[in-house]
Amino acid sequence: MAESMKSASHFWKRVILKGVLLFLLLNFLFVPLDPLPALGRISAYNLVFPGRLRLPYGEVPEQAYNLSLYNLDAMFASHELAGRVKPASEYRVILVGDSSVWGYLLKPENTLAAYINASGLKVSDDRNVHAYNLGYPTMSITKDLLILSYAMQYQPDLVIWLITLESLPVQKQLDSPILQNNPSSVSDLITRYSLALDVQDPRFAGNSFLSRTIIGQRRDLADILRLQLYGVSWAATGIDQYYPVSYEPPQEDLDPDLSFQGLPPPVLDPSNLAMEVLSAGSTMAGNVPVLFVNEPIYISKGQNSEVRYNFFYPQWAYDQYRNIFSSSCHQDGWQCLDEWNLVPADEFTNSAIHMNPAGTQALAFQLQEAILSLSMH
Amino acid sequence: MVLKSEPLAKLASAGLRAISAQSVSLASGLDIRWLGFSYVAFRLLHTLRDRLSGRLPGLTLQDYLVYVIFFPAFTAGPIDRVQRFTQDFHHPVKLTAEKALQGGKRILLGIFSKFVLADGLALIALNTTNASQVTSTGWLWLMLYAFALRIFFDFAGYTDIAIGLGHLLGIQLPENFDQPYRKPNLTQFWNSWHITLANWFRAYFFNPLTRALRTSTSSIPAAFIIFFGQLSTFVLIGLWHGITWNFAIWGAWHGLGLFIHNRWTELLRSKGISFEARPRLQWLVRTAGTLLTFHYVSLGWVWFVLSTPEQSWKTLLKLVGIG
Repeated sequence: MAESMKSASHFWKRVILKGVLLFLLLNFLFVPLDPLPALGRISAYNLVFPGRLRLPYGEVPEQAYNLSLYNLDAMFASHELAGRVKPASEYRVILVGDSSVWGYLLKPENTLAAYINASGLKVSDDRNVHAYNLGYPTMSITKDLLILSYAMQYQPDLVIWLITLESLPVQKQLDSPILQNNPSSVSDLITRYSLALDVQDPRFAGNSFLSRTIIGQRRDLADILRLQLYGVSWAATGIDQYYPVSYEPPQEDLDPDLSFQGLPPPVLDPSNLAMEVLSAGSTMAGNVPVLFVNEPIYISKGQNSEVRYNFFYPQWAYDQYRNIFSSSCHQDGWQCLDEWNLVPADEFTNSAIHMNPAGTQALAFQLQEAILSLSMH
Repeated sequence: MVLKSEPLAKLASAGLRAISAQSVSLASGLDIRWLGFSYVAFRLLHTLRDRLSGRLPGLTLQDYLVYVIFFPAFTAGPIDRVQRFTQDFHHPVKLTAEKALQGGKRILLGIFSKFVLADGLALIALNTTNASQVTSTGWLWLMLYAFALRIFFDFAGYTDIAIGLGHLLGIQLPENFDQPYRKPNLTQFWNSWHITLANWFRAYFFNPLTRALRTSTSSIPAAFIIFFGQLSTFVLIGLWHGITWNFAIWGAWHGLGLFIHNRWTELLRSKGISFEARPRLQWLVRTAGTLLTFHYVSLGWVWFVLSTPEQSWKTLLKLVGIG
């Protein structure tokens, strides 16, 4: 009996000791090897499953068959863009922007990129226009710059960057979780383009030793696996978003408050807007033309609509933003479109920037003309 | 009965809410939960029946309570027999390094099966939502296979954990699964899937029922006795999962399948057909049987996992390329 107990005790000591040592060793190795980007690039999408038509994003994964993760390599590897070697016959257009570009509440076939593709557009040298949806929900043009930095490797012929005032305030730039969870890439962009943003922003995800071990990265590892598994449901259903049965339409009666993002009227100082990020994008694109588009907004006719356009924007701030945008386009020689009032109010869904299929199609039509025009340069 | 029927459970919830001054409109069939109730009920019924038939050994209250609520098996079995359990309880198997290793392995295997395989497969397994969203037959089959594997790994994984814990405590709980999807016919499948539940129903429902029918004064054909016994047993097993049409149909699906297999075996026997002398043909028949059984069981899961007969029927049609 005593011998048996002694043997069991010895056995457990050895098992536990070896287990702990092995676990520690793997964790220590994980830090210098940093295998997450490489793991992210290994994807069943474009191989077993069709590539996604938009970047992975999902607040209700089990119903959307999609999830939000922060591994940009994995996100791009799951996108159709990563699965196509650019054919000589393709005029490649990439669309970056916020949730209106991504297509919030829109089916994959009703997004801006999908409508451009459905038009069967050909540019003057007979190449077929193929637009890729690289929009991503959350309002920050620095987030768009980060996505553009990854997208440039896919040899676009044209970048269309849709913006709105809500994405421009300097203090909002680093709010997006995808930026906070990619601190080294974002810091690199800030340094390379001398952006007036803080590389030491406390919201950046921790860079401690523990946070870089398997324990610290367990969520990211699980997300990569879950993204692959949801590929089955995406392939089987073509669904990549949860569509609620009903939603609240944009607010029609507005608050009389005139401030915008804490900024008081009457003057919107351009230094409060991160226009330099757009310049950085233009520089990053190099010889590839960039079309900046001020996207359509919902224009309310309800209470206090004489001082505000909608829930987001007091008129004084938005009008001045349009002037600042127009001046920047003129001074920096950017290609720009201002489509702020293109879409009627009844073609918005649940916010001042989310359009329904009809509104999206109207904007796509404007973009098609711009694509044809820019392709001639 | 109340817990197994959603309308009755909702009614009970409304009643409880009414007497505790809560909003009756918030009542839901999911409000009332009793962890491990079904398995406690099986153990209680087993001891009551054995007591009535004089087969129950003398037990102290402590023995009895430990048997009924033995924690590793409390929520989902295996359903042990009290005679065997108390033997181990009084003379637990000594914890040696070998036993500890066995127990630890089973627990790790169970954790891996449940939390990695089953929970991973759950993301893509057939369910009431994706069944109507799938656009192609091929992917629908894949989701059905995922469900078939998911339910196995989930339940078998749980059982592994329970048996492993039992090992560490010196109690040898009975096995509940024995590679069920590798069995060449439905009879063998049900001898290796949720074994203790099937044994329980065999001992306390099927055998007494068929015995009573066989010994009744009117002469009932043997085939009918088998048909009625298997059908009613499996409908009852279905209804044990929940009182819904779908569970009843799932039970009938298996009851009918078992009867067909029984008749097929009888037919082969009566004609003296045997494949034993021809190993290659025997292998072929066995492989075909395994595939057929797996697919019959998998198609049966359509009734099990979906909530209405209409949706299940549509899904079955879609699986064969119709609709």
